[in-house]
Amino acid sequence: MPADWNTKVVSARFGNEGAKSLATYESLGGYATLRKALAMRPEDIANEVKASNLRGRGGAGFATGVKWGFVPKDAKQVHLVCNADESEPGTCKDRELIYWDPHLLIEGMIIAGHALRATHNYIYIRGEMMREFAVLKRAVEEAYQRGYLGKNILGTGIECHLTVHRGAGAYICGEETALLNSLEGLRGQPRLKPPFPAIKGLFGNPTIVNNVETLMNVPHILDKGGAWFNSLGVGRSGGTRMLCVSGHVNKPGVYELPMTITFRQLIDEVCGGVWKGRKVKAVIPGGVSMPPLDESELDVPIEFDALQTDERIKPVMVRPGQQFDLGGGRMLRTMAGSGGVVVMDDTTDIPKAVWRIMKFFAHESCGQCTPCREGTGWLEKVARRVADGAGKPDDLELLSSIAHGIAGNTICALGDAAAWPMLGFLTKFRADFEAAIKTKKVQAA
Amino acid sequence: MSLEFSADAQKKIAALCERYPTKQPVVMAALHLAQKEFGFLSDEALKLVATTLGLPYAHVYGVATFYTMYRREPGGKQTIRMCTNISCMLRGGYEVLAAFERTLGLHKGESNQEFSLVEEECIAACANAPCAVVGTEYLLDITPESVGKIVERLRAKPHPESEVV
Repeated sequence: MPADWNTKVVSARFGNEGAKSLATYESLGGYATLRKALAMRPEDIANEVKASNLRGRGGAGFATGVKWGFVPKDAKQVHLVCNADESEPGTCKDRELIYWDPHLLIEGMIIAGHALRATHNYIYIRGEMMREFAVLKRAVEEAYQRGYLGKNILGTGIECHLTVHRGAGAYICGEETALLNSLEGLRGQPRLKPPFPAIKGLFGNPTIVNNVETLMNVPHILDKGGAWFNSLGVGRSGGTRMLCVSGHVNKPGVYELPMTITFRQLIDEVCGGVWKGRKVKAVIPGGVSMPPLDESELDVPIEFDALQTDERIKPVMVRPGQQFDLGGGRMLRTMAGSGGVVVMDDTTDIPKAVWRIMKFFAHESCGQCTPCREGTGWLEKVARRVADGAGKPDDLELLSSIAHGIAGNTICALGDAAAWPMLGFLTKFRADFEAAIKTKKVQAA
Repeated sequence: MSLEFSADAQKKIAALCERYPTKQPVVMAALHLAQKEFGFLSDEALKLVATTLGLPYAHVYGVATFYTMYRREPGGKQTIRMCTNISCMLRGGYEVLAAFERTLGLHKGESNQEFSLVEEECIAACANAPCAVVGTEYLLDITPESVGKIVERLRAKPHPESEVV
């Protein structure tokens, strides 16, 4: 049955302060699914997840069951790593999920660990999330004491260890290979792929890196079945989606909603409309790395495939008349990303907002690849002078050419993450940038 | 005089070394612990971490200088990390940062004995923007007018830097 606006899967225990204790979690049915899953063959668990059409909730939306299938069958040591380094601007779901329901994440990781035959597993949590780190550490200790974690969990002979590893401030560590380097005690710089982590990841072993929300869906899939989870969603996207709405709405918040909800419904009906009686100017659909939508594009659903292919969303241009090529002639509209929806009203200074986004990427570039290290800095500088009213007539072309020079030319996706919104805003809000540059000329005269 | 970890920190580091196949991954936690015990990561503190884990000093130095939460200079007892990224900016984050600067008598990036004030990138609480984080406490839906009370409260009930390690 398709999810409705009241369907709660991963956020069912939000607001229940007690649920983070093991006793309460168990009294609400927690860890019952684990017992069932431990009696299943690993490949049967993986097949259930494949059938569920669960897609990665961190940003890329890759099919989780397919990803698990990349681990070589004869691997001696496999690791499962939970990416809890949530830091994509506009995204604030993992922090809530961990705070309210840490045992659901742990249960999901033990089940996924069994499916992957992964015995030594890790949660990499953002350094700034000290409160959530404390909550998780406590929950892991409880799970060890109760025998859900350890050398021989619940007497099944299955080994499963879990360690919470705290970061120390670096957006780039949300990129999975940077995360693995950081987990190994190195600087958090991404690795060249291939080999992909599923072949050679943590400590040189096959490793699966999954997002918090992704793993928290796993116990529910095993409990009610992959077919049930698939039916909640639409097309190739099973389940619900956690959406984080911020910016100029009356009721910002973290909401679990169906894949079929449109941005207009989300803003007007769930979030009480745009604040101060204003209208929408721009919406970032899934964290600042994603190209924005304009007001005419809000009737598209929040679902992964819709945002990539719906023809109501205009393609991103490198410059007027030249479409951005994702490779092989594929056009870039936008992506569902991390679920971070940022709403900007019609009084928003778009060049200034874009400068702030570019400042972020310039700050967070790890410095490894020249196009990103230098390019994000230039984007920030040129965007700043345009926003400050000191822009030059050629600056929009300059921004385009820098962004185009970064995209696709770096080891990891941080370069694209800076280039895409730059080009996307230039495509859809060009007049705002032109006005900012013209205003300056008048002032100078 | 060379630095030494407290008995408690040594115990924690030893326990963490059991969690990984080598000692190298413990470097991040050991740096957090060193920062908690010594207030900041001096050259001596980095040397102590290197010796404790059997790592080259240059390796520890490289890690300590990559991540923004490690500080190489003395700072305030508490660190206010104020976000000004897009969601916070749209709801007055820069005005709140300015209010913290006025109230504390510090510019962003500066410290006195009591406080360090840091302009932070997104701290993942965007639905409650503008927001800041101090130790284990998230300060949510801050307004410039509420900053005075927040600072008073932090003085009365502080969240020390590296509160949890």
